[in-house]
Amino acid sequence: MTETITISPVTRIEGHAKITIRLDDAGNVADTRFHVVEFRGFEKFCEGRYFAEMPQITARICGICPVSHLLASAKACDAILGIEIPRPAKLLRELMHMGQLTQSHALSFFHLSAPDLLLGYDSDPALRNVIGLIQQHPDIAKRGIRLRKYGQEVIKLVGGRKIHADFPVPGGVNKVLAAAERDELRTGLPEAMEQARFALELLKKYQWDHLQEVEEFASFDSNFMSLVQPDGSLEHYDGKLRFCDAKGNLLEDQVNPADYLDVIAEATESWSYLKFPFIKRLGYPQGMYRVGPLARLNICDQISTPVADNKLQEWRSQSIPPRRSSFYYHWARLIEIVYALERIQQLLDDPEISSTDIMVSGNPTNREGVGVIEAPRGTLFHHYWVDEHGRVEQVNLIVATGHNNLAMNRAVQAVAEKYVKASQLQEGMLNRVEAAIRCYDPCLSCSTHAVGQMPMVVELHDATGNVLHTLKRD
Amino acid sequence: MSDKPRIKVATAWLGGCSGCHMSFLDLDERLIELAKLVEFTASPITDVKEIPEVDVGIIEGAVCNDENEHVLRTMRARCKVLIALGDCAVTGNIPALRNQFVLDEVLARGFLETESTQIGEIPGINDGDDDVPRLLNRVRPIHEIVKVDAFIPGCPPDADTIWFALTELLAGRAPKWNEGNLRYD
Repeated sequence: MTETITISPVTRIEGHAKITIRLDDAGNVADTRFHVVEFRGFEKFCEGRYFAEMPQITARICGICPVSHLLASAKACDAILGIEIPRPAKLLRELMHMGQLTQSHALSFFHLSAPDLLLGYDSDPALRNVIGLIQQHPDIAKRGIRLRKYGQEVIKLVGGRKIHADFPVPGGVNKVLAAAERDELRTGLPEAMEQARFALELLKKYQWDHLQEVEEFASFDSNFMSLVQPDGSLEHYDGKLRFCDAKGNLLEDQVNPADYLDVIAEATESWSYLKFPFIKRLGYPQGMYRVGPLARLNICDQISTPVADNKLQEWRSQSIPPRRSSFYYHWARLIEIVYALERIQQLLDDPEISSTDIMVSGNPTNREGVGVIEAPRGTLFHHYWVDEHGRVEQVNLIVATGHNNLAMNRAVQAVAEKYVKASQLQEGMLNRVEAAIRCYDPCLSCSTHAVGQMPMVVELHDATGNVLHTLKRD
Repeated sequence: MSDKPRIKVATAWLGGCSGCHMSFLDLDERLIELAKLVEFTASPITDVKEIPEVDVGIIEGAVCNDENEHVLRTMRARCKVLIALGDCAVTGNIPALRNQFVLDEVLARGFLETESTQIGEIPGINDGDDDVPRLLNRVRPIHEIVKVDAFIPGCPPDADTIWFALTELLAGRAPKWNEGNLRYD
C-alpha cells in the first residue's frame, strides 16, 4: 500500500507552500511534490495602470526583496522612455541593491536557516527558530540581526525607508544621497564586514563537521543561469545572460536579457500556482536550471572585488565544479554578502555618489520595455507593453524563485529519498525536507505574483490517494 | 513585567508580500527584549504549524483564497486580541486590485496567456485538484470576515509603529495613534 506524507505549511521560508511525499508499497519514497499555494494576479491587474506606477505596484509582490522589483520595474520603464539614466542614478540604484543583497542574505542565513544548523535539524521544533536562537546563542543571533540591520539601513538612507521605498523612478532616482548619509553608511561598514566574515567561519566549521552531509545534501545535476558582466565577472544590477550545463560547459553566453523569450519558456502543472520555467531548446522538464547565489557563483569567472574573489577561489579549490549540493547555496550567499559590502564601499567612495544629476525626464517612446536584474534569489524579469500614452496593456513577469521551481521539486525528492523512512517517521526527517527548500531561500510571494502563497504540510497517502496520515508540527 | 508569564502570540500571513513580517523583524535588537515578554507560537518564522490558544493573534495580508479564510477564522477562534497588521489586512490593498477583473480572466492571463507560457493549464480549478487552495472571486480585508480588535495601517507599518502598538497592548492599553506614528518616511 502506498502512502503520502504532507508537510504544511513549509515554515521559515517566505511565502506559502506544502510538500507531499508519496511512498510505494515497500514504504520507499516514490514521488514528491513541492506545491506553491498562493496566487495574486499581478500580470492581469496591472493592465490599465500608467507605466510610471509600476515600480510602486510591483514592489508589493514581495516585502523581502522589494528593491529587486523596484529596480527591475524601473529598468523596464527606462526602456519604455528609451533613455539612458545618469551615471549617479545608476550608482545609487546599485547601492540600494547591495543593501538589499546584504539584508536578504543575512535574513536567509541567520533568521531562517541558522536554527537548523546551530540548534540541529532534530532539535525541539518549538525552539527551532530565530527567537530560540536569541535565547540559546544570543551572540550569534545579535550578529545576524545587526548584519541584516545594516543592509536595511543602506536601503533606508539611500531610498527613504526600509521596505517599499519610493525611490527608483522611470529615468533615474528621486533622492540625492547627502554627504552626511554617505558618511553614516561608511561608519557601519567595518562592523558589517566583521559579521559577514564571522558567518563564513561559522559555515566553514559546520562544513568540516558535516562534510558528507554538506556534499550530498539535495545534490543533483542541473543547468544554471545568471547575469554576468562582459568579462564574465559576478553582476547583479546589469549584464548579460549566461547559461551553463551540469558539467559547467557554456550553453549560452552574453544573451541580451531583453531577448529572454528566445531562450526560456514556462510550463504549468495543475498542482501548483508556481509556473515551471525551462530552457527552451532543452524542452520541459529536461531544461531545468537553477538560479540564485549558487548559480551565480558557479557561472561567473571571477568576482570584481578582492576579498569576495578570494573567498570564491577558496571555495572553488575545495570541490569539483559545478557545485551540485543545494547546501552550497548557503556558502554562495555568504560570499555574496562580502561582495555586496565591498561593492558598497566602492560605491560610497565614488566621487559621483552624492551628485544631484539623478534623473532625466521624457515621454514614452517605446511600446515595450524589459527590465532584468539579479535579485538575491536569482534572475528577475519584468516585461511591459504600453499604448502610445504609456498605459500598460500587458505584463509578463518571471521571478527568481520561479526559475528554481523544477530544482526545488528535485531537491525535495532527493532529500526525501535519503532521509524519510516511513516505518519510523520523525519530525526531524521532515524538517530536513523543508531545509532543502530553505537552501533556495524561496520567495513565494514573489514567485506567485500571478496568484500565490506557500505553507507546508506532510501527508501520507495510500496508492489510491487516500490520506493515511498528516504530519504538522505543533 | 519580567515576573509575569509571557504573553502568547501567533502570527500568520495571508495574501500579501510578507513585508509586514519583515518590518516586524526590523525591530532588530528590540526582538531580544520582546522575546522576554512574549512567547512566539505558530508563525511563518517558527516551525509551529498549528495555531494554539493564544493571547494575541497578528494577521498580515488579505483574504484571497479559501485557505486564507480558514487560517483567519482559526486565528480568530483561538486568540483573545486580533490585530490586522498592514494595509492588505486592513483594506485589501494591492491584492484587491484584482477585484476589478473577473477571476477567470486573471487566471487565464497568469497561466495561459503570458508570453513566456508554452505549456499552460490553470491549476486548482478541476475536480480532484486539491493540492492548491481555491481562489475567492473577491479579495477581502480581514474585518469583512471576522471581528478585528486593532488595526495597524501602513504598507508596511514601520518597526517603531509595530513596537508602539505591541508595547501599548502589553501594558493593557489600546494603541492610540497620533500623526507621528503613522508616518513612515
